[in-house]
Amino acid sequence: MLVFLVRRLLQAVMVMLAVAFIAFLMFRYLGDPVNNIVSQDATQEQREEVRKRLRLDDPLILQYGRFVVNAAQGDFGVSYRNSRPVSALLAERFPATAELVLVAAILSLALGIPLGIYTALKPRGVLSQGLQILSLVGISLPTFVTGILLILVFSVWLGWLPSFGRGDVIDIGWWWTGFLTATGLKALILPSFMLCLFQLTLIMRLVRAEMLEVLRADYIKFARARGLRNRTIHFRHALKNTLIPVVTIFGLQLGGLIAFAIITETVFQWPGMGALFIQAVNFTDVPVMAAYLVMVSLLFVIINTSVDLLYNVIDPRLRTDQTRATGRGA
Amino acid sequence: MRKFLLAATAAALVQLGLVGAAGANTLRYASAGDIYGLDPHSMTDSFSINFLLHVYEPLVRYNKELKIEPALAVSWEVVKPDVIRYKLRQGVKFHDGSDFTADDVVMSLMRATDDKSPIKGNLPALKSAETVDDYTVDLHLSGPTPLLNNYLTNIAIFDAQWLEKNGAVKPVNAELGEEGYTTTHANGTGPFKLESRRPDAQTVLVANEAWWEKPEHNLTKVVHTPISSDATRVAALLSGEVDIITPSPLQDAKRIAGSPGTKVLESPGLRTIMMNFNMRDKLVDGNVEGNPFRDVRVRKAVYQAINMDLVRDKIMRGKSRNAGMQIAPEVPGFDEKLNRRFPYDPAAAKALLTEAGYPNGFQFNMNCPNDAYVNDEEVCQAMTAMLAQVGLNAKLVTEARTLHFKKAQEGQTDMFMIGWATLPMLDGFSVLSAMLHSPEDKLGTWNPGDYKNAKVDELTKKIDVELDEAKRRQMMIEAFGITEEEVAWLPLHQQPLSWAVRDNVEVVQTADDLLRLWYTRIK
Repeated sequence: MLVFLVRRLLQAVMVMLAVAFIAFLMFRYLGDPVNNIVSQDATQEQREEVRKRLRLDDPLILQYGRFVVNAAQGDFGVSYRNSRPVSALLAERFPATAELVLVAAILSLALGIPLGIYTALKPRGVLSQGLQILSLVGISLPTFVTGILLILVFSVWLGWLPSFGRGDVIDIGWWWTGFLTATGLKALILPSFMLCLFQLTLIMRLVRAEMLEVLRADYIKFARARGLRNRTIHFRHALKNTLIPVVTIFGLQLGGLIAFAIITETVFQWPGMGALFIQAVNFTDVPVMAAYLVMVSLLFVIINTSVDLLYNVIDPRLRTDQTRATGRGA
Repeated sequence: MRKFLLAATAAALVQLGLVGAAGANTLRYASAGDIYGLDPHSMTDSFSINFLLHVYEPLVRYNKELKIEPALAVSWEVVKPDVIRYKLRQGVKFHDGSDFTADDVVMSLMRATDDKSPIKGNLPALKSAETVDDYTVDLHLSGPTPLLNNYLTNIAIFDAQWLEKNGAVKPVNAELGEEGYTTTHANGTGPFKLESRRPDAQTVLVANEAWWEKPEHNLTKVVHTPISSDATRVAALLSGEVDIITPSPLQDAKRIAGSPGTKVLESPGLRTIMMNFNMRDKLVDGNVEGNPFRDVRVRKAVYQAINMDLVRDKIMRGKSRNAGMQIAPEVPGFDEKLNRRFPYDPAAAKALLTEAGYPNGFQFNMNCPNDAYVNDEEVCQAMTAMLAQVGLNAKLVTEARTLHFKKAQEGQTDMFMIGWATLPMLDGFSVLSAMLHSPEDKLGTWNPGDYKNAKVDELTKKIDVELDEAKRRQMMIEAFGITEEEVAWLPLHQQPLSWAVRDNVEVVQTADDLLRLWYTRIK
């Protein structure tokens, strides 16, 4: 177990180094931050001065090296645009993204699993057919289109929900939350729904497919023969076995939620890290972009590791395999 | 029953929330981007500086007609050509209650022009500032500076003691990784006080009851939210969540105007969109020897091949103003006669090309941004098609502005697009010094095409130091006359400004595209 974690930790470091390196390779194609920093009619001298101050003329590998060394000491540099430390900017934006992703993740599970079960148990029902069609729409429409449609219907036409922002927020230490106010909760509905829609439909379809498969299995037939009640069969025997692939997909998709939050945050002007990243791209704000990418890659590694650990808990067969494997490794 | 009660309470809370957010004379304002920070000396972005000039004030400011009027200074006189004396307004108080005096002006000006200040280029001529008495300041300049007041409109005045107390006398030094006190705190003399700010989410201002001027506005509170997505910004206006949006996307104008309770405000702006010609020895990407653009006939042929009426009517939805000059009518140096364009005439264009020795045209590259100006990419595509009709093969590249302007400035293009509003100077000299003077030291910084004319250079240098306004304008018009005859640049149009407001909001839309809330009223 410990070996497994240490190995994962090393992998995480490698992933982050690689992501940062690729990021630095790409930043060159984003253009010149200097033009965004100086005024339009700045002289060549002033431009050179800024360039020198930000050390933009250094070779790529040197800029990368400096970033890695500073980042290892927890210093991600200063944003070109906001003149503030990047770590402070990210910390400030993290709660907004975290709350959004959390709600979206819960929604996708809380709605996706029951809907999947329902459509599996009543495959020919009108409602099931309707849900299946809707899920196709959900899985194929680009999220920003759904987002704008949601705004059009619920904000502009019906006037029920806000079209942007987080509503009223309450500070708890450095964290700021929208969970504790009515406007804050209302503001969460549309963005979290937009963000979870893809995951929701994916989970629903997955649960349905797995469930249908499991329901055909011999042990279910045997359970029926034993005269067990339908509810017991469906929820105790069938559902449990359905959930293993769901956990895998959900884990992988959790990273996707964080990544897709960029689009959701842009559409709904949600003041999270994704919005900060987009702004940084527009401004060629290299320190912010680099820090964000490294942080997201770290999150991905953490999520994947947790998923692997969860397997062990859910599926006893994997557990023995894993111990044997690590045992051999050690 | 209990369920019903719960639902009713929830609904009531919702109602309260919505009503509470609006309040009496609260202006909810959404713009495309957020301000960069709270220190007006730390950035050159004109939107940010303008926003902060509601909290801080300059010595002089622009009024509704974009003419200079007194703000913290009440009058000024020329002591010597390079020494200007400003009399300051008495009885002005900063938001924290301390008095405004000459020391504040001196320290603020020195802070803005400090060697490490990012905005020292906004006040290039200042050598030093000296206190004469509590309400008089002398500005010592490196030479006669006719545009001194124009520059000063952009320099915010801080409270000297407040800066000292908070260790912010020097400009924010971003490289050190320290967070400047002034980046997150504000204390000015302006019509509005900062109440709270969350970067990229919300900035709240409240009216300053103790402002020195009798307010024309009737706002009690301003809630500013950046909304970067065009569609969301429009939705926020239509759903009644905000009262004003800037900018309002052109394509949504009809929808906003057609919705009850909202209207669109449109007028041509200051920003003139134009094309630069590469006049260096060689084309970057040509198929002929030398550089045809060095021949004025070729440049004129390009000019006459482009149908700006069509661009205005089809691409700009009739909202742009075609330009013959590189500056807008509001800008000193403008001349009605010079603003007439050479007529659109493809036959004449072809004749000119033939005369110049290119009957079959030639190939060159053309670079345009796709995120900097209104319909910039579409305008360039239309121009490419029009040029093809006279045999000119413009190879169009459109890209993001960060890439575009770098290439343009480094001279990697044969023709490129740029928009110039002359801000913060608001004077024709801005175009002459940056775009038309031959590249030399601080002049011609945006003349990568290397246009050269000795007479224009001479006039530009004279204009720089001429204190007699009438003479200065005369010289500007003379210089623009020469550059237009030579088709030094190809002016296209002034792009439209577009804001949208709720019907009960009265705002003044100035051509510089900056919202001045001290003229804003809610009915």
